[in-house]
Amino acid sequence: MAKRAAPEVNAGSMADIAFLLLIFFLVTTTIETDSGINRKLPPTDEVVDPPIIKERNIFTVVVNKDNRLLVEEDIMELSELRQAAIAFLDNGGGQGEEACDYCQGKGDSSSSDNPEKAIISLKNDRETSYKVYIAVQNELVAAYNDLRDREFALLNPMSGLTYTEAQKRYSDPRTSADEKAQLKPKLDEVKTRFPQKLSEAEPSKTK
Amino acid sequence: MSKFKKKKGGDLPAISTASLPDIVFMLLFFFMVATVMRDSTLMIQNSLPAADQIQKLDKKDRVMYIYAGKPSSRYKDKYGTQARIQLNDKFADVGDVAAFVLAERASKRQELQNVLTTALKVDGETNMGLVSDIKQELRKVNALKINYTTRVGDYTQNMN
Repeated sequence: MAKRAAPEVNAGSMADIAFLLLIFFLVTTTIETDSGINRKLPPTDEVVDPPIIKERNIFTVVVNKDNRLLVEEDIMELSELRQAAIAFLDNGGGQGEEACDYCQGKGDSSSSDNPEKAIISLKNDRETSYKVYIAVQNELVAAYNDLRDREFALLNPMSGLTYTEAQKRYSDPRTSADEKAQLKPKLDEVKTRFPQKLSEAEPSKTK
Repeated sequence: MSKFKKKKGGDLPAISTASLPDIVFMLLFFFMVATVMRDSTLMIQNSLPAADQIQKLDKKDRVMYIYAGKPSSRYKDKYGTQARIQLNDKFADVGDVAAFVLAERASKRQELQNVLTTALKVDGETNMGLVSDIKQELRKVNALKINYTTRVGDYTQNMN
């Protein structure tokens, strides 16, 4: 008897099966947003005697209920906030012990002494819109990041990375332990030069 | 007589669909890799604000999510139009946040309990009052690491 060829399996319905699976995954999954602005809340316990901070070392940002900005008692547009914050942090107006040898600011005696003392205080109203608040936070963090990028480039001219890129590599779980150990002192150095001191007051009630 | 016989008939040959499954499988694999399973059904509107100075969130098992925003159209009749908090699959009050955080913390492994981050997925149209209330509750239970989850984008998108 002649050898019979094995009958071919009909693959016409393969596409249907694949479509079925595809639609199942389209419906049950989402593309996750897994990034954002990290913040640390202050602990609740009351500070017994709060340290005395000079007025000129505080940069007050107030966002009112109409989403308008008041920066250091002046009305300001959000687009100018980053520059104003950089100018404040980088001012370096301190004398003697409080002098700041890496600051490139004007050295104005009515602005901050040095970046370690400079505090940005953010205050918002209960009716401030969340997205405006995020925009303000974003700009203030951007001011710190810009300055840290500059310092990082000055300290490590050969690395070819900016501070933000280095930070990203450092927090990436795929980066090797060796590289992390190498990055950590560099990052810490920059962080001590421009520590992120962003204080948030409890919101005011609208009257 | 000619050797080149004209092919008979004017009807077009059928297009082969043999590669259709391959194409669909390719799409399938893309979606399987690029997406994650939905873990809670959102009952609120949740269009996140945009920011560009962002950091990546920690691994998923170290994060707990708090959603807030206006109830979506299906729930408007029942829950009104005021912004509300959603924890897991339920609407919640500000007072429930602390209990939720403690329960979440207890459900995690011992070594992760101190490194948990709270991701706030808050709709852009929400008032800061609600967000501040959540933050106060988080402070009470010592969940101090928070993350304002945002879209990637320029801040000016938030201004209109």
